[in-house]
Amino acid sequence: MHPVLKLVVQRIALGLLLLLAVSAVIFLGVEALPGDTAQAILGQSATPVALENLRAEMGLDRPPLERYLSWLGGVLTGDLGTALSNKADIAQSISTRLGNTLFLAAAAAVIAVPLAILLGLVAARYVGGWPDKLISGVTLTTISLPEFVAAYFVIFLLTQVFPIFQPVSMVLPGMGFWGKLQAIALPVIVLVMVVLAHMMRMTRAAILNVMQSAYVETAELKGLSPMQVVWRHALPNAVAPVVSVVMLNLAYLVVGVVVVEVVFSYNALGKYLVDHVTKRDLPVVQAVGLIFAAVYIFLNVAADIIAIVANPRLRHPK
Amino acid sequence: MSDQLDQMIARVRKGAMTRREFVGRTTAMGISAGLAGALFTKAAHAEEPKKGGILRAGVAGGESTNSLDPALAASDVPYMINRTWGETLVDVDANGAVEMRIAEEVSSNADATEWKFKIRAGVEYHGGGTVTADDVVATLKRHTDEKSQSGALGIVQGISEMSAEGDMVTLKMVSANADLPFLIADYHLAIQPGGGVDNPAAGNGTGAYKIISSEPGVITTFERFANYWDSSRGHADGVEILTINDDTARTAAIQSGQVHMINRVDPKIVALLAGNTDVAVEQVGGPGHYVFIMHCDKAPFDNNDLRMALKMAINRQELVDKVLGGYGSRGNDFPINGSYPLFDDSIPQREYDAAAASDFYKKSGHDGSPIILQVAPGAFPGAVDAANLFAASANAAGIPLQIKLEPDDGYWANVWNVAPFCASYWGGRPVQDQMYTTAYLSTAEWNDTKFKNAKFDELLLAAKGELDAAKRKGIYSEMAHILRDEGGLICPMFNDWVEGRRAEVGGWIAEPAGTLMNGTALNKCWLNA
Repeated sequence: MHPVLKLVVQRIALGLLLLLAVSAVIFLGVEALPGDTAQAILGQSATPVALENLRAEMGLDRPPLERYLSWLGGVLTGDLGTALSNKADIAQSISTRLGNTLFLAAAAAVIAVPLAILLGLVAARYVGGWPDKLISGVTLTTISLPEFVAAYFVIFLLTQVFPIFQPVSMVLPGMGFWGKLQAIALPVIVLVMVVLAHMMRMTRAAILNVMQSAYVETAELKGLSPMQVVWRHALPNAVAPVVSVVMLNLAYLVVGVVVVEVVFSYNALGKYLVDHVTKRDLPVVQAVGLIFAAVYIFLNVAADIIAIVANPRLRHPK
Repeated sequence: MSDQLDQMIARVRKGAMTRREFVGRTTAMGISAGLAGALFTKAAHAEEPKKGGILRAGVAGGESTNSLDPALAASDVPYMINRTWGETLVDVDANGAVEMRIAEEVSSNADATEWKFKIRAGVEYHGGGTVTADDVVATLKRHTDEKSQSGALGIVQGISEMSAEGDMVTLKMVSANADLPFLIADYHLAIQPGGGVDNPAAGNGTGAYKIISSEPGVITTFERFANYWDSSRGHADGVEILTINDDTARTAAIQSGQVHMINRVDPKIVALLAGNTDVAVEQVGGPGHYVFIMHCDKAPFDNNDLRMALKMAINRQELVDKVLGGYGSRGNDFPINGSYPLFDDSIPQREYDAAAASDFYKKSGHDGSPIILQVAPGAFPGAVDAANLFAASANAAGIPLQIKLEPDDGYWANVWNVAPFCASYWGGRPVQDQMYTTAYLSTAEWNDTKFKNAKFDELLLAAKGELDAAKRKGIYSEMAHILRDEGGLICPMFNDWVEGRRAEVGGWIAEPAGTLMNGTALNKCWLNA
């Protein structure tokens, strides 16, 4: 077997094993939280009789191991089950929300990733000069703002001072592609602000690192222009660290944006997960947790593979 | 003269007087014809509902875990959704009186143990078919089943026998209950075909609007139900209920016109909204109240002198001003205020009195160890601030009150009804009987102050069967006194409903019974734009 292919298979197998472990950890975590679904649903109106009835109806009176195994069996046969709290079909509820999550993440990534790399290149080219300082200053400021502050700032600026966009980013089934893009404009702006700096700084650092090497000096002596040196010689050799940071940020855009979702009432997986955690709705928490874990693992595997493919020394191991 | 003019304006509004008639008669009263014409236009306009448009409400209090099953509704968004597609037998109107909806007549026997509801003919379901007396009985029966997890279980449990005959529903009560129509107005009890037994979450009812699509925790869209029986409701072509839990986003949404009305306007930002001519802040006092509850059966709160000391040691006006931003009123350590029928407003208001609190505290013989008040931010909005103010005023009176902060998560399971002294809230009930029966009767399941008083129970049962309003008022007053002076409830404040409405929304009236015009804002309002 080709070493790269072997590595990919290994990584995927390891990923699946990790998913199984994650599902057990999520189960234990939710079990360890105080209160259960029945108590969370009934809240202030809980009485012992009502609690008992509700637990029996939801099957919460069965031992934890039995519940975990029956859930696992369901997932392996493609059945995510129904939510305890409102009896909605989980697969169906997740599908639209997952679509929305990916749509928002993709829209933010399409702007943020090229922009970050470009800004990183420019900063590295003019290292120590005013473009470098300006780019670093602005992006470090935006990453330092907590997301909700950035979100409120954007809402204030673009819906109240300059009423260009709507503050509530609801994406509805009947909307066209452009309508959806317009609806998510504000969260996209906020997310770009949040993820830009990390990728930009890593691009800048990786390029600067490569710029110290002998072959870059050779390229300079050949008489290439500074931008050509960066583009042709430095960037390809700086891909590996940049890709792994880009993947981390993509993963964040998929799994970590619940605050932005809440502020803009955007209907996606993060909010769906948090709602169900407060209700201790285990099947939903498990399902969404698995999806998030799968996204993380997939993106990390992808980053490893790209790093290997981009690096001849790793591609042809001795 | 002005009375006469008001009457005429009222007639114009009803459409009972023409412009010519109005101008003729007002000029006879000495008003110029020009002014009379303008008055006519204004009168006719003020109340003339406009048809059409899409009316949108931005509502806080919804999750993706919500269901369309009316039995399960517990927060503001599902409440609003239920009130828009569904309808109950009767309603509580803006003046606190019973208003006929699906029932067109209600009557009881002399001792209020048997009630009859005559079902209106020709009330149609969105999914076809008309409401029958059997549907009504099936609906009420479904809510009596513990498995339905109905929020109205406590209400329907008081009914021992239900029967349907022709268009008449007869309900026999376990014990006399003069307030039954108010209880039956509970929003969980929306009438569903076949009682909703087959598919409780179908969203198929008789309301002014029919559900087009519903995504829990996001948005529910409705269109006007063409065959709705009551032409005085359902003016917009369609309505939408958007779940917007974030305060800032909700406020921004009404300012930018993305929604036409919002609930829960934070008192802190009312002053900021006041500068905006497009948005009006609507405020109405309701039965909801924020409380600190002591278990009367656990030390040290089993000592009434200590309870009295704590009741005297709280500065109610300060809490109303600082925690509610002035949008509320002082409580008097019993759960009833002027929004309830038969309220006795002559009961003296309890004031902060450090000296009296100190005396009661000394009299209680408490050992001086810290008295722990458990509180979480989500116990009620501003709960932690309120608890801190309470501790400060109590400490000033020499009472060693200390705050213990608890997490929101799990608060209702682990602290409320478990800890002997904690913060909580009540949404209130339409009538005094229900409030007392739910939480202060010795045997009540939600007796969260563990208050057991034989005299109080006796009075409550006596009031249930008393159809003479004056006598009932006297009984309720006596009960209020007992609870105020002996109970485990510290009720410092009643919170107002504070809501936002766009200027172009017409038909808004103050309804104290519930948030957003008792949940009927979308049914009753219209768009003037």
